[in-house]
Amino acid sequence: MTEHAIEVTGLTKRFGDFTAVDAISFHVSKGEIFGFLGANGAGKTTAMRMLIGLSKPTEGDGFVAGYNIRTEAEQIKKGIGYMSQKFSLYNDLTVKENIRFYGGIYGLSKKQIAEKTAEILEELDLLEVAKKTVGALPLGWKQRLSFAVSMVHDPDIVFLDEPTGGVDPYVRRQFWETIYQQADAGRTIFVTTHYMDEAEYCDRVSIMVAGSIEALDTPKELKKQFASTTMDDVFLKLAR
Amino acid sequence: MFKVFKAFVQKELYHILRDKRTLLILFGMPIAQVLIFGYAVTNEFRDAYLDVYDQAGDYLSQELVQHLQSSGHFKVNQMIRSEQQLEDGFKAGTTKLAIVIPSDFASELSEGTSVTVQLLADGSDPNNANTLVQYASTMIGSFQQERLAQPTNPYQIDVQTRMLYNPQLESAHNFVPGTIALILLIISAMMTSLTIAREKELGTMEILLVSPLPPLLIILGKVTPYAALSFIDALLVLILGYFVFDVPIVGNLALLLGVCFLYVVAALALGTLISTVSKTQQDAMLRSLMGLMMPSMLLSGFIFPLASMPKVLQVLGAIIPATYFIEILKGVMLRGVGFHLVVWEVLILVGMTIFLLFMTYRNFKIRLE
Repeated sequence: MTEHAIEVTGLTKRFGDFTAVDAISFHVSKGEIFGFLGANGAGKTTAMRMLIGLSKPTEGDGFVAGYNIRTEAEQIKKGIGYMSQKFSLYNDLTVKENIRFYGGIYGLSKKQIAEKTAEILEELDLLEVAKKTVGALPLGWKQRLSFAVSMVHDPDIVFLDEPTGGVDPYVRRQFWETIYQQADAGRTIFVTTHYMDEAEYCDRVSIMVAGSIEALDTPKELKKQFASTTMDDVFLKLAR
Repeated sequence: MFKVFKAFVQKELYHILRDKRTLLILFGMPIAQVLIFGYAVTNEFRDAYLDVYDQAGDYLSQELVQHLQSSGHFKVNQMIRSEQQLEDGFKAGTTKLAIVIPSDFASELSEGTSVTVQLLADGSDPNNANTLVQYASTMIGSFQQERLAQPTNPYQIDVQTRMLYNPQLESAHNFVPGTIALILLIISAMMTSLTIAREKELGTMEILLVSPLPPLLIILGKVTPYAALSFIDALLVLILGYFVFDVPIVGNLALLLGVCFLYVVAALALGTLISTVSKTQQDAMLRSLMGLMMPSMLLSGFIFPLASMPKVLQVLGAIIPATYFIEILKGVMLRGVGFHLVVWEVLILVGMTIFLLFMTYRNFKIRLE
């Protein structure tokens, strides 16, 4: 057992001759908001897929929520939530039906689902549209609903894969407020993003370049280290 | 586990019931297909137009033309006066069949020498031409028997034909089994491959894979509603065939439905297999249309008999599940044969199903790695 929510050492994934993830090591503390950054093709998604049990590492070891990613992927899956950049809700199902379905596949009881539904609708102010299909909702609402649905089973860690793609800065800011709420409540947040202003919101940030983690620290320290005023600058200096 | 499964099936039913296009494919298509095949695709004809180039113009030639018309199959379209007119008619497409009666028709016949009557048909539509010529020849033959019943040779071979199991040669008897095979394939294979591809496109498949659900349950949850619906469709086609087109079900109904179930499992495995290699719905659609629908329609013996195809196509036909399924259906439905007579076909179908299930499972695993 470990006190960290996530801990990996020498995590490596090779596809034939190509090394997508090259011996990365890091840890994420409980309740931390951890930003996982990198250019397209740097290996972010591959690394994340290993963490959430969708892909087996070629080498290296890791623990997520206290379980080994090599041998206990099924246990990990029960303890994590996942939201992808596509929001992953069913557009032809209503808000309620979406919550019920995802609650159902995580094995929640009828009573639990009813409670959770009421809670989400209340919190996100979706009571009035509860019986509308998700397809009719604005993007920002879908996004927050998707986030709420990914936590329907109260996971300790939530993985967010570019959760704010395609929405405007105001909605993004709103979304980050809900992320903060969850972190304050003790949930660990692991988030990948392309937006450097969002990187500033994270407790700590790692930047991947060509399969390796080239920098890992708080945004403040990183800026100092690379003599930059913005994270944008830090990223450009590294990724170049 | 059952609760999770129920949640899955319920969700899938919402998808199906809320999508008009899916509903149309599920229930509109089987009905439309049966009716179209039943009413439109038929080899029988009535009132086909016949052009007559009567060079003789005597009583006997007129009686021959009368005789041809009396069957109800032919109607005289026009009397031709010249060869040029004959050719023009065929070129314009107004003439499908023409009979040329030579000028010495009556006299030669009465002298006891044999005479030649020419039938000309538009071969650009070979099936039709063949049927027309056959009917006309038969009619001319019967005319000869009736009118000139003094055979010089007393030893005549009288041919008696009886079509077993389908005495009227109703084409419905052939297309109902074929339609069931196609419908089950479309719904089980195409629709499941589409719906799984859709989950991939939407990104929901990823969420499902990250959830603690075992992959097998995801697949089962997705295919079960379609299996049930395709079964309903099979019954629908049987009932329509029975009541609208009098297609009998001579054999054992339980055996019939059992084989349908086996075929549905094979088709579902095929659909899932297709979905594991398709990234988008469009991709899945194209693959099922080209890889499943076309061969099953053309090479299964449904429309064209396999025996008359080149060896290559016969081999292709032999690896299509629909070929065996249609064979079994025809045996059980029309000839009323029992299990022991279709056991070979059933075994092949079982083998194919096991192979497809294995391939699907392996592919799905690899994709997860």
